[in-house]
Amino acid sequence: MQPHAGDDAPTRPTSLTVARTGPDVTRPAARPKPAISIRGLVKSYPGPDGTTTHAVRGLDLDVFEGETFAFLGPNGAGKSTTLALLCALARPTAGQATVAGADVRSRPDLVRGAVGMLFQHSALDPDLTAEQNLYIHARLYGLRRRRARLRVTETLETVGLADRRRSPVRTLSGGMRRRLELARGLLHAPRVLFLDEPTTGLDPHARAQVWEHLRALRDRHGCTLFVTTHYLEEAEHCDRLGIIDHGRLVAEGTARALKAAIGDDRVVLRTGDDPAARQVVAQAMPAGVTVTLDTEGVRLRVPDGSAWIPRLCVALAGHGIAVHAASATPPTLDDVFFHHTGRSIHVPPPHGTPAAPVPGGPTAAAEEAP
Amino acid sequence: MTASAPPAPDAPGAPEDPGTPEDAGGPGRAPGISPRHELRAVHALVHRDLLRLSAQRVHTALMLLQPVLYLFVLGGGLAALIPGSSLGVGYQAYLFPGMLIMTVQAPAIIVGIRLITDRQSGYLRELLMVPVSRPTLLLGSCAGGTLVSTVQGAVLLGLGGAVGLPYDPLLLVLLLAALLLASFTITALSLLLAVSLERPEIFQMLLGLVMMPLLFLSGGFFPLENLPRWAHVLTVVNPLAYGVDLLRRCIALRVPHQAAAMGVEWAGRQPPLLLECALLLAGGALALVWAARRFGRPE
Repeated sequence: MQPHAGDDAPTRPTSLTVARTGPDVTRPAARPKPAISIRGLVKSYPGPDGTTTHAVRGLDLDVFEGETFAFLGPNGAGKSTTLALLCALARPTAGQATVAGADVRSRPDLVRGAVGMLFQHSALDPDLTAEQNLYIHARLYGLRRRRARLRVTETLETVGLADRRRSPVRTLSGGMRRRLELARGLLHAPRVLFLDEPTTGLDPHARAQVWEHLRALRDRHGCTLFVTTHYLEEAEHCDRLGIIDHGRLVAEGTARALKAAIGDDRVVLRTGDDPAARQVVAQAMPAGVTVTLDTEGVRLRVPDGSAWIPRLCVALAGHGIAVHAASATPPTLDDVFFHHTGRSIHVPPPHGTPAAPVPGGPTAAAEEAP
Repeated sequence: MTASAPPAPDAPGAPEDPGTPEDAGGPGRAPGISPRHELRAVHALVHRDLLRLSAQRVHTALMLLQPVLYLFVLGGGLAALIPGSSLGVGYQAYLFPGMLIMTVQAPAIIVGIRLITDRQSGYLRELLMVPVSRPTLLLGSCAGGTLVSTVQGAVLLGLGGAVGLPYDPLLLVLLLAALLLASFTITALSLLLAVSLERPEIFQMLLGLVMMPLLFLSGGFFPLENLPRWAHVLTVVNPLAYGVDLLRRCIALRVPHQAAAMGVEWAGRQPPLLLECALLLAGGALALVWAARRFGRPE
């Protein structure tokens, strides 16, 4: 249960470079403590016509302190619902979850005090300035006036908005608002920060900026980050990731480990006569390797694919088939996703997936409100 | 790391927890948040409302314009037609308490509308993430709305001299207190409506349907004694009527020659002043508690 120790170790020593108030937290890097611990978590909603929709069905997961964990899944897989359960906005139907040392069921107040949340569709007060928005929020979290003002200044600097602090929020760009929301989530110095699709709708530059801040946050403050995303390249940068589909965790581990588990490279050959080439390749390969044909050409999965390409070219040349292009690609996260769910993350799930009652729109948790 | 998290004594397995899983956000929530934190949250919400008030100056000015227009255009025009003897005072002076109530009801009702729009925009969810109890959040909204309404009423109160009201400090204090009370009741009722309804359109529609009759039956525009019997019943349950009556009686207390014809009557008799105050207070408090119960219910 220390899957991230390898990837994470180099960044750890820097975690204490920033002076922090409060108890000195020398994190034991050697034995990770779970910041989030989930056991058999289930959330069902009464659906239309007396049916029950299961948004989350039996989730088991541990996320360790200081770790950046990506929760990867297509829309409607149950990501937002899980987040709502973990920050005690919604009550689990069954199962247990402990976040930052507090049980979400019995101590929702402690959980909410110790976590920060960046909703997918966040909201700020457009008429108030950046500073005012943050100050109100800091006061809502029970910070003293002086401390609130101090934290507002600090977090605005953290996200690089100190020069815009007197601007009304409606004059800020989308990326700036997102960063401001990030600052708002940091005001009470949460130990665990949940981010629901933090970069959706941002341009690449703004996305990179948000991630820069997130990484700095983890490295300097040792904050545990729990990020949902459907961007594969973002998940790739996290310490560990879990793939959720239809409310179930189907895979979990580091990106490298998950890809290595699949092992096989994808080899694609484009030839003068693809159907004939397919037969030749199938004969050349050991038994058990399936060779398929599609618009891109002849396609197969095999370990150490690049080593096979010269051999296949020779075999094809022997049959007089010209090879126009050949490529061997190591498995990507999309391949991992495909392997575990049977479809690509970019393809929307088939119509009326039962696990999509809370798609995480602006109303995602609104139904928890009265 | 946890510098500002609620300094809760992290009692593992607190004895009150296991049996009561229903208490998330409820009023009797597990301890862990000090009352001071709850108070700070209320204060923050009031602060938010005041900041918005100052950020939306044009909007505020426009909201004030309507009662001012009524007072001087409608009041000025009708003053020539309506003999002061039938009302006890000139028509403009008669209209003034009604316009004060009209001024405070608009921002008070907006509090409810904003609760619904906050829910739609997601701001409410941000509020629900705050580690204080849900009733506290509602209380904060109510306090903020009440204060903002009263501030707007106070601005109109400044025009009292134009209709012949003396700037007597005690009278102003009495009128402000009455406005505060009326604002509180209307805000609480508006919040109760807002937590009961899901969609802002329905809220708006209901208001459009109800507000005009309520204003007309408040006794702010004309005396209620000549109304048909069925309409009279409506005035008895109309919170605005009590608000207007309260203001009139405050004026009558301090400036007897400005005493106007009275409003609400129970079986031909006027309820005591303090009872009217108590009714408004109780009505508002009841609405607030009911709203808090609905709002506090975990999903």
